[in-house]
Amino acid sequence: MNQMKMEHVPGKARGKITLYALSTCGWCAKTKELLRELGVDHFYVFVDLLPPEELEEAIREVEKFNPAGSFPTLVINEGTRVIVGFREQEIREALG
Amino acid sequence: MSAAAPLTEEIQARYEKIKREAEEGGYHLNPDQAFTVNLVRGLLVNEQRYGYPSCPCRISFGKRDEDLDIICPCDYRDPDLDEFNACYCALYVSDAVLKKELSVGSIPERRPPRSERKAALAGSSGRLTDMGLPFPVWRCRVCGYLCARDTPPLVCPVCKATKDRFERFI
Repeated sequence: MNQMKMEHVPGKARGKITLYALSTCGWCAKTKELLRELGVDHFYVFVDLLPPEELEEAIREVEKFNPAGSFPTLVINEGTRVIVGFREQEIREALG
Repeated sequence: MSAAAPLTEEIQARYEKIKREAEEGGYHLNPDQAFTVNLVRGLLVNEQRYGYPSCPCRISFGKRDEDLDIICPCDYRDPDLDEFNACYCALYVSDAVLKKELSVGSIPERRPPRSERKAALAGSSGRLTDMGLPFPVWRCRVCGYLCARDTPPLVCPVCKATKDRFERFI
């Protein structure tokens, strides 16, 4: 099902954390940095760098959790919690 | 990626150009220069990838006619500046942010979701009835500039949006 290549950043176990991001986006960069700072185990993917055939699948996946299909979308434990945008406090509370 | 990454000098030159044009039109770039320059880098990357500088904070499928609303400055910048003091990327900010009276954060996405956008592209645009004016009136979707002439200008004199960003208003 999910064949998209994700980068894995090892760290503290806080559940399955997946960040859907764009390589060109400022808020995505800040979210990625925050995950690193928190030191939590997570996966991320730069959707804009995916080959065209994987792009559609990736966006459908994002839309499943966040109907706006916007970035960054942070998915915690298969969608138990979804944080859209760089919501620093929310992310710290959820993962800190 | 097929093209080489944009050079530091190119990014700096584009940053200066965008900043100058913004100020001329009464807009301001985010004073956080490192953040802003990085967004300008994203614009150049997108321009190389897709042929137009689409929003660095939104996904593009590389089809200009489907992305007209998110070519920077996007159609959503001005309403977002009014409501949130920044555009979606926080490339553009309000006067209050420039004066450090307010700070900016990540804001909600104003662009309609894909399904709604497709429906809107298929449907006809809501236009006022023909009032029998000697010239049609064209509206810049980015900044609202209006002009009465046979065709829209090549570039919006206020916000520099290109001709294809104009809609027939009357």
